[in-house]
Formats: sequence, structure tokens, C-alpha cells
Amino acid sequence: MTLTEKILARAAGKASVKAGDNIWVKTDVLMTHDVCGPGTIGVFKREFGKNAKVWDRERVVIIPDHYIFTADSLSNRNVDILRDFAREQNLPYFYDVIDDANGTWKFDTTKGLLQRQYGSNYAGVCHAALPQKGHTRPGEILFGTDSHTCMAGAFNQFATGIGNTDAGFVMGTGKLLIKVPETMRFRLEGRLQPGVMAKDIILHVIGEIGFDGATYRAMQFDGPGIASLSMDDRMTIANMAIEAGGKNAMFPFDARTAEYVEARTKLNGTRSHYEPVETDADQNFVYETVIDLDKLEPTVACHPDPGQRKKARELASVKLDRAYVGSCTGGKTSDFIEFAQILRGKKVVIDTFGVPASPEIVQDLQRTKWGGETIWNILVTAGVRMTENAGCSACLGGPVDTFGRMNQPGLKCISATNRNFPGRMGHKESQVFLASPATVAASALAGSIADPRDYLGN
Amino acid sequence: MQAIFTGPVYVVRDNIDTDQIISAKYLNLVPTITEEYEKLGSYAMDGLPDALYPERFVKPGAMDTEFPIIIAGRNFGCGSSREHAPIALGAADCQAVVAESFARIFFRNCVATGEVYPVECTERLCEIFRTGDRAVVDIDAGTITLERTGKAYSLKPLGEVRPVVEAGGIFQYARKVGMMPDKV
Repeated sequence: MTLTEKILARAAGKASVKAGDNIWVKTDVLMTHDVCGPGTIGVFKREFGKNAKVWDRERVVIIPDHYIFTADSLSNRNVDILRDFAREQNLPYFYDVIDDANGTWKFDTTKGLLQRQYGSNYAGVCHAALPQKGHTRPGEILFGTDSHTCMAGAFNQFATGIGNTDAGFVMGTGKLLIKVPETMRFRLEGRLQPGVMAKDIILHVIGEIGFDGATYRAMQFDGPGIASLSMDDRMTIANMAIEAGGKNAMFPFDARTAEYVEARTKLNGTRSHYEPVETDADQNFVYETVIDLDKLEPTVACHPDPGQRKKARELASVKLDRAYVGSCTGGKTSDFIEFAQILRGKKVVIDTFGVPASPEIVQDLQRTKWGGETIWNILVTAGVRMTENAGCSACLGGPVDTFGRMNQPGLKCISATNRNFPGRMGHKESQVFLASPATVAASALAGSIADPRDYLGN
Repeated sequence: MQAIFTGPVYVVRDNIDTDQIISAKYLNLVPTITEEYEKLGSYAMDGLPDALYPERFVKPGAMDTEFPIIIAGRNFGCGSSREHAPIALGAADCQAVVAESFARIFFRNCVATGEVYPVECTERLCEIFRTGDRAVVDIDAGTITLERTGKAYSLKPLGEVRPVVEAGGIFQYARKVGMMPDKV
């Protein structure tokens, strides 16, 4: 069996499963957020009764992160709906925006968009928060009401996005009927060269198989090239399986996975027992390819879909209005480090926005110093508008007052985020080019799409 | 029960993602709140760029669409897992989406909610049909007929999905067939 099949078989209580089987699986964690949580709760109450209890309060994780730092009153209300539910159900893992469990959330526009406006429990973008807060464990099943839930495949777990109705069902029963996906195998060999990042691997892969090349399928990344990839790198890759239509992404378990998961479950006091799945000698793949990491170059997905692959150096004629670093896939500490290495001591020439994925990442950037200066200040000095209000922000547009949102037609933005269909970051006539944080940095300096390898070594 | 839908079609191309079906700015609306459900319908397909789609799926100021059938190319519903997408279509009174292929989560959400029939066609109908053409979708016969020419095109069978959509989604289906107890 493939890694995905092994996890699903175990969760279904079966000795083996094969692609195409419809099986009921037990859920280890159900995650929801402010955009889909209120609707999920609505379905749960409608179907199981207004006094119903969730199937296991320790396994429901609620992370407001999408439309938080906005004056939009319905968005603020949605956070309050989550809080009421968490209190009613006595949920231990609700990462509220505010510290008062009986309060209401209201964004204060007078403080502006840059200054921190959250309490001590807020966790930021759900997919970054899940591992940081100790909710990702190898061998487990994670369902989330968000398509980028597949990011947790980096941790050798089966993780996939579901809708509100399915999530309402899981909330009441802890189970879900799913089809076992066929597995595609991407065997990574070699090592990334300077200026080339994990983002370039996944943009290359999506370009190779197409925007729907993995529809209904699992994407398994393995091979000797995995060892050199950090957990952040693996998350970047797994996050974007959905951009090729994939059901889930899957990485093998190794010492790095163990180190991360053990540190995080211990730090947060979450369940620490887990059972990874190991690779079988006998696996059935619907597709197999080898990717030589040494040969990859900085890669861009052009407007209007993630499969429009080009090399950064082929796109120097594309003039840009904006640059953006942030989101689950591109707003991690390691992303900002790469971003800052290129921007350090220079000035951006276009509007450039930085949105860390989580409060912990904000802290990392504000505490880590290079030559006496914090990474945060290096970026601010380079002209980047950095916000402390970690969250999804303009990655998916959001309400019109969202930080970094593209509100005019015709704007072109190079972005370290994960999706670039028309209107993704705001106005439906704006354009998004997806790239690594290094390519975004080089492009912010050039004002047009640029190859970061021309900006290394300062 | 028969499932036959008749009316003008709305034609879109490949890769219509969930942002184009329902813009992210409207995700502050909660589908299980009745008046917000209706509002979602009024914004269905609002994210399609005006330049490419000058004829709008829902007319400005209207709550529902005049097009009960959408015809699409490949990968309809790609992108996010937002259930607001099939819900917006259903709330706008759209009854079927006929596409060359669907993205996985969107397809599943159509079935789970029972809001709209997601039907796969076997030819590239988005090159043949034009917005405003009248058509007849017959789910059980597995055909879509273009009234202008009288030609029928085949649709792939929905199989076990059909009774679930007809029942109104997975919960209603589960109750109907006795998998779940009736609501008290």
C-alpha cells in the first residue's frame, strides 16, 4: 500500500484498502475557522439538535484566521459565533482573537492595520497554527473546512479539505465516508541550489501535471531529496497539492518529523502519542516521476491559474505594481528569512506587503537579529509594509479593508501565496503571479519579475 | 422522481474556481442563516471578470438567476473548499452544472448539500452552447439537448450520487434510507 492507503486502512479498521474503495474513516482532528465554522456549526445544530454535543471535545480545533482584522461587522460577528460555540461545548482548543471568553470581537480601525490587535490565545493562519500548537501527528486523519488543510501531509498524516456539511457530520459522529484516492509519486533527488526554494518544487510539479493533474488523487513526495527539506519546506509543498486538484499530499516520516512533532506536542501539552506509517516495498502508483532538485530554477505560476508555469528569468518584461509575502504556504519564518536575505540593505521599488502567518512568526522576526538589527526591522527599512496582525489577510482578498487587498482593476502582484485564479487577491480584474519569497524579493527590488539568483551574495 | 431541467444555459470556460462562483468578500455570510443564504444566491458567479462575461449570471438587483443550467469546461469549482459555492448556485435557483470535469471538493459539496446536480458531459459543450441557448437536461436519460439544433449530447451517469442530490443532501438521504434516525 502507499502511505495514504496505509493511513486510511488503519483509520477504517481494515487490513488493507485500495484506490477506489469507499470507506468510513475515524477522524483524529477536525479543524474549522471563522469563514466556514459558523456554517458548520449551523449544519451540526440543524441536524443533531440544538443541545447536541460534539463527538469529542478534545478533537475539535477552532482557529479564527481569515477575516479578522477588518471592520466588517458580519466578519467580526462570525468570530463571536465561534466563541459562543466553544464556550457552550467547553472546547479546549479554540484560539480566540481576544482573551475575554465572554467578550465580543471588534476590530479597532483607529489603531490601523499594522499594530497587533489580538490577545494571547490567537494563533494565526490555521494551517500554520495546527503544527505550531501541537495538533499535527504522523499517521493521523485530519479534516478541515479549508482546501489547504492538505498542508499537514508534510507530517505524514492524511489531511484534506471538506465542506461545511461534511464537517457538520464529522462534528456529530467523528466519522466520514471517503473514497481512497489513487496515489501519484514524486520522487525527489538531489538538493535545491541557492536562490531556489521549496515553492519552486511545487510550482514546477503543478506546471508538469497541470492545474487538474492530481484531481481525486494523493500526491506522495518521497526519495532521497526529502532529507534536505525542512518541515517548513515540506509544508510549502504539501499546501499546494490542492492547486493541482489533489485530495491530499503525503510525505514519509523521518527524524525531522519526529523532532518537530515531539517538541510541539510537549510545548503545548497536546496528545503526544502517534504511529507513523512507513513506506512499503510494494506500492501501486497511478503516475511516477523523478524530480532532480539540482536542476530546478526559480519558477513562477502566471495569471490566471497555478498551472501557468514559466521560469522567473523568462518574465523580466512583466512589470509589477505589488509584491506580497504571506499566507500558510509563504508566510513562515523561513520564508521571511529568505525574503530578508535578498532585501537586506536594499529598497523595494513597488508596494510590498509582509503578513506573517502566525503571532509566533511575528515574534521570531522581531527577536532574531542579524548584525544587531531584527529581521523585522531589516524588512521595514527595505520598504516592506509589515503587519503584526498575522492571518490570511489578502491571500484570498477578503473584505475590502483587508491589508494588502488589491482593490483596483489591472493591478499586477507577485505573491508568495498559493492561488492565482481571477480575483483571488481582491479585484476580479487584477492579476497574481505566484513565486517563492526569494523571487518575490528580487521582483520587489526590480519592479518587474526577476530571478533571485541575480540578487544573491550581498 | 424525474429530474428534467429546461431553460436558458449560462456558458463558462475552464477553471472556474470558487472565487469566481462566489467572491471571497461574501464569505462573511453564513449559509445556514436563511437571509444570508438568499444573499449568497444574489452574488452567484459574481467573481467572473466582466470583460470575459459581459452577460451576468444574476442580473444586478435580482436575487435569482434566469439560467437554471450552467455549462462549463474543465475543472469547474477548483480552488477553495467553501461550501458557499454550490450553495450560492442553489440559492440562485440554478439546478444543474454540466461540465467536462469538476474539482473534487466542489463536486462533493454539491452532493453533500444537494444544492445542485453536478453532471459530467462527454464533449466540450462550452464550445458548442452559447449563453442564452435553451436546453433540456434529462438526468435519467443522461442527455442534454440543445433546442436550437435539436441535437442531444450525452452525460455521464451520476450513479449513487443521484439519489443523494435528489433527497436534498447527505443528511436528508441518510434519514430517508434509515441510516440516521429522524429529527426529533
